[in-house]
Amino acid sequence: MYRDIAGKKVFFGTGSASHVRNQPSIVFIHGAAMDHTVWTLPARYFARHDYNVVAVDLPGHGRSTGPALESVEAISDWLSEMLASVGEQEHVLVGHSMGSLIAWDWAAKHSNQCKKLVLLGTSMPMPVTDQLLDAAKQNEVASFEMANTWSHSSRGKLGFNPNPGVWMFGHGQRLMHRSTDDVFYADLAACNDANLDPAQIQCPALLILGESDQMTPYRAGRTVADQLTNASVVTLPGSGHSMLSESPNEVLDALIRFLSVN
Amino acid sequence: MPDDNPYNIPRTGFDTLALHAGQQPDPQTGARATPIYQSASFVFPDTDFAAGLFNIERAGHVYSRLSNPTNAVLEERIAALEGGVGAIATSSGQAAMHLAITTLCSTGDHVVASRSLYGGTHNLLDYTLPRFGITTTFVDPRSPDAFKNAIQSNTKLLFGEILGNPGLEVLDIPSIASVAHNQGLPLLVDSTFATPYLCKPFDHGADLIVHSATKFLSGHGAIIGGLLVDGGTFDWESSDRFPTLTEPYDGFHDLVFAEEFGPLAFLMRARKEGMRDFGACMAPTTAFYALQGVETLPLRMARHVENTRAIADFLSQHPAVEEVIYPEVSSHPDHALAKELLPKGAGAVLAVIVLGGRAAGQKFIESLSLISHLANIGDAKTLVIHPASTTHHRMTSEDLAKAGIDEGLVRLSIGLEASSDLIADLNAALRRSQRT
Repeated sequence: MYRDIAGKKVFFGTGSASHVRNQPSIVFIHGAAMDHTVWTLPARYFARHDYNVVAVDLPGHGRSTGPALESVEAISDWLSEMLASVGEQEHVLVGHSMGSLIAWDWAAKHSNQCKKLVLLGTSMPMPVTDQLLDAAKQNEVASFEMANTWSHSSRGKLGFNPNPGVWMFGHGQRLMHRSTDDVFYADLAACNDANLDPAQIQCPALLILGESDQMTPYRAGRTVADQLTNASVVTLPGSGHSMLSESPNEVLDALIRFLSVN
Repeated sequence: MPDDNPYNIPRTGFDTLALHAGQQPDPQTGARATPIYQSASFVFPDTDFAAGLFNIERAGHVYSRLSNPTNAVLEERIAALEGGVGAIATSSGQAAMHLAITTLCSTGDHVVASRSLYGGTHNLLDYTLPRFGITTTFVDPRSPDAFKNAIQSNTKLLFGEILGNPGLEVLDIPSIASVAHNQGLPLLVDSTFATPYLCKPFDHGADLIVHSATKFLSGHGAIIGGLLVDGGTFDWESSDRFPTLTEPYDGFHDLVFAEEFGPLAFLMRARKEGMRDFGACMAPTTAFYALQGVETLPLRMARHVENTRAIADFLSQHPAVEEVIYPEVSSHPDHALAKELLPKGAGAVLAVIVLGGRAAGQKFIESLSLISHLANIGDAKTLVIHPASTTHHRMTSEDLAKAGIDEGLVRLSIGLEASSDLIADLNAALRRSQRT
């Protein structure tokens, strides 16, 4: 579904369903150099279970016009405009990696609108190595390979994808290759520069953390959870940062359980 | 040579992927080998879970016509070796070819294909698919311009074999991919003769790959199977030519595959429609046998090439041989291209024209004893056939000439025997072929 935000074309996936007025709203926010398709399975689940799904393509990603925005705060402000165009008053925010920071910032600024918050593969700070930043700044293809390699657990790098016949390592690589120049660097820089305060989160939060995550290490995610006032953690045994590929059913089950609790 | 890994990114080696990609020790039993999940169906824990599997909300298996855990290991492994996003195992290479075409083409659509093809593929394109309104223009595989000139407004796909059958023309994948992409079209390559050990077509610009798994991938000649691999590279949304991927599909609640699955759009449509409706699935036991072969693919292909080089050298010097057709022979028209695209070897199939024409060729085949006369390639054992009277018998003399197939041409698929034994068998048969 397309919207016009500040004169630019913006896309969000709906889980192949039409929005119905006054249904609960769930917003999915992808990570660096990704797009809405990383959320296809949970988006389709919640669409079938009477949610209005908004799986955004952030500016410069997927089908949304660029350029990519350069800070978490800027993307969060863009998200506010985007969600205002959708029309619902309350939202569940679900973000992965960079998307978790955007969800976090939005939840902090809109505590009256954020019903629940789910952070997948998160940390604060979310430092990015100079080597990766430099390669991304030069738009080197190697930057995708570095990130893709570090995003998969040692198990994940050999596949065994629960989604039949999909080679998840190759899929991750191709998804990143779709990014246009400068997008990945903008995303990584936004992660690297983010400075968010856990104390500003008032809604119930769930953290879904990969036990073998090298990009946002499990311990760093636990530290975030400890600093939040009302957070629970689901640990994905053996999963890396690409948990939506490596553990799709476990992620979905964690979301279902969290959203089913009043 | 430029350093292709300046950041020393840890990469899993080809040999390791051939053994491990797509599989882990079975979580229930600890079985190290891939178990054969010989089951038609898979139990759902509850109705909502079942609905989730049907509606592509969950990952998992429903029914073995659509997917199967053993097949999935093979699919991931070949996708990993080719550098794609995923694969689908099919009941044969022909089924993989059919699946590729029908995922993109409907009645009124058109394919541009090399004219130097496996006879079965030629039958499919030239005789059978036209009955369903899908037509093909056949062109010289050595002419990217011929591919370009044959493209029509209804063309959906360009297609060729990495090594033509049986003339062993080397497909100029980079040039033909460039022609295809400039016209907004994908390039499908049949890479059966090369396997990913010798060439990875995606690295050179191909978008889709088909394999007959019957051949070198499995290597034992004990199964019939195929694989369709998606590179995930082609932008299906760049034009309105591919409605099966970019428009709502009323056979799946108006799902738009490109919108929902991005780089997996083609693969998902092929599985959710082609496997569901045409049903040409691979048996799990077949997938298991194919995996046994893939585990040793790097070792076998190296030996296949080593033996083929020895046989080509021998035949090239034999007085009863008019011509040896093998891209590594310096007189082959594609010798330089083979060095570029197939640096580890130009495969293990070669063709030979025996002095004395068709009759001498037939006598040569009938005089072989160690080498088996049959319709196949890519076996661990060396095989021989006369294409004009078997695999390509439906082609007219004129079509054979156009495809560069001499009526006396004999095709050899070189196996893993001691090369000295193969040479002795060939030498004896060649001598007999010249007796009047």
